[in-house]
Amino acid sequence: MDTATPAVTVALHDGDSVVAESRQVDARRHGELLLPAVDRVLKEAGLKLDAVTGIVVGVGPGPYTGLRVGLVTAATFASALGVPVHGLCTLDGLAHASGIEEPFVVATDARRKEVYWARYENSRTRVTEAAVDRPAEIADRVAGLPAVGAGARLYPEVFPDARDPEHQSAGALAALAAEKLVAGTDFLDPLPMYLRRPDAQVPKNYKVVTPK
Amino acid sequence: MAADEPLVLGIETSCDETGVGIVRGTTLLADAIASSVDTHARYGGVVPEIASRAHLEAMVPTIERALKVAGVSARDLDGIAVTAGPGLAGALLVGVSAAKAYAYALNKPLYGVNHLASHICVDQLEHGPLPEPTMALLVSGGHSSLLLAPDITADVRPMGATIDDAAGEAFDKIARVLDLGFPGGPVIDRLAREGDPNAIAFPRGLTGAKDPAYDFSFSGLKTAVARWIEAKRASGEEVPVRDVAASFQEAVVDVLTRKAVRACKDEGVDHLMIGGGVAANSRLRALAEERCERAGIRLRVPRPGLCTDNGAMVAALGAEMVARNRPASDLELSADSSLPVTDPHVPGNHGHDHDHVHEVSKENLYS
Ligand SMILES: [Zn+2]
Repeated sequence: MDTATPAVTVALHDGDSVVAESRQVDARRHGELLLPAVDRVLKEAGLKLDAVTGIVVGVGPGPYTGLRVGLVTAATFASALGVPVHGLCTLDGLAHASGIEEPFVVATDARRKEVYWARYENSRTRVTEAAVDRPAEIADRVAGLPAVGAGARLYPEVFPDARDPEHQSAGALAALAAEKLVAGTDFLDPLPMYLRRPDAQVPKNYKVVTPK
Repeated sequence: MAADEPLVLGIETSCDETGVGIVRGTTLLADAIASSVDTHARYGGVVPEIASRAHLEAMVPTIERALKVAGVSARDLDGIAVTAGPGLAGALLVGVSAAKAYAYALNKPLYGVNHLASHICVDQLEHGPLPEPTMALLVSGGHSSLLLAPDITADVRPMGATIDDAAGEAFDKIARVLDLGFPGGPVIDRLAREGDPNAIAFPRGLTGAKDPAYDFSFSGLKTAVARWIEAKRASGEEVPVRDVAASFQEAVVDVLTRKAVRACKDEGVDHLMIGGGVAANSRLRALAEERCERAGIRLRVPRPGLCTDNGAMVAALGAEMVARNRPASDLELSADSSLPVTDPHVPGNHGHDHDHVHEVSKENLYS
């Protein structure tokens, strides 16, 4: 599952292929949409959650609130079921789904006029750490490269060669994880990749939670 | 399960405490808590994003710790309860997401409950079943409310609330003016014990004849105290910190207890419960005790550890929901930062729009 971008996406993978997948794009309702999506995917496959032998979660980078929904859900499932939880960079899922086999860029919307981005040698090989930057500031580092993800479409002046996919697919993330499990390569810890420090500001009237 | 003694796990993440409690009926089995208060201290208040990040880190370890302390298996739970609101939106969402995932993975019914009703219900763990009706005075950094609860699972009525600052917030702000650090409640309580509560006559907000009988206001008091301190400093005099603390605290607890006792008398209610973080204040407890005794009202105040935000209070209300057969929440339960106090819990949506999803969910949840 992945909730690091506006897409709330869940897939079930049996080691060979994607058995069922759900993908909804709604940046404001990650919390409401995720569990019903898990339920739908399992139902479609005719399985219960306890049939799952591992959880894979996109760890971002992503805006915080939605990102946490997927991470805490994955960690809680893993604890309740006694199965491992594996973290993958959200951008790697988009790269894997693109199938592009030449150098390219993945860029997602980081809001505040910034993108989360990384460069890839091919669909399986990331060559830079994920970062958050203003598009204009990275223009020379992404010049001439095709770009996938919603961040690329938002800034065509920096990413003129925007390609599919626009949104994350848990199916692609799960397929990438299945390859890694077979190859025995490492996963990331299932911890959030925020890439920004928290806005450390006490809001006016902080903690006032009682409706007047 | 024993219908009257349900085993329930409760999750609370509405502010800066990650709390997981486990109760069996009205018996407390575990109250695990992880707090990010130290991180917030240097900002002088709770920073929402820092709180949310800390909740995510602490969530699963705190659930596992609570189960271990309670010595129960998650499989034996009769339900999972969670604070659905009110509170900080991003913070609530971490707990709600965890509770939904846990309930789904374990095939247990889910109860999204109200934070304020939980503050009241927690007293069942200390003093047994709540009398019906109970009058409740909830005072903390986030809330200052007077609530009448004829049935804590279904009928909670707002009598009054603060029109500006919460009482606990006033403590924090005065502590800041006096350079005493954050949070302000405990340190002011301690210093006030050595001060004279009558040394300075600070104003009592909203106590005029024409003012709303049960509403509170602490903003004017806060300003008056700050001005008084600044005037002392400006004239080069030493600020009598203990007397200021005692006089400020007296002004707060005088109004709180006076209005709470009046509400009990007006409504013919013979029980008053006081909850929330400020209920740990020793002078509030003493004055409430004195005034309730004089008015023939039985006072119920849980021990300080149960007054501050915790998971046990959520579990206590969840257990009551199970015991009284209230409808469970559904998988679409969302965090509601301004959940009205009149909604003790958030039952599932049985409306037409949700029929299909609900049916699907139900089958996977309970079959
Ligand atoms: Zn509270």
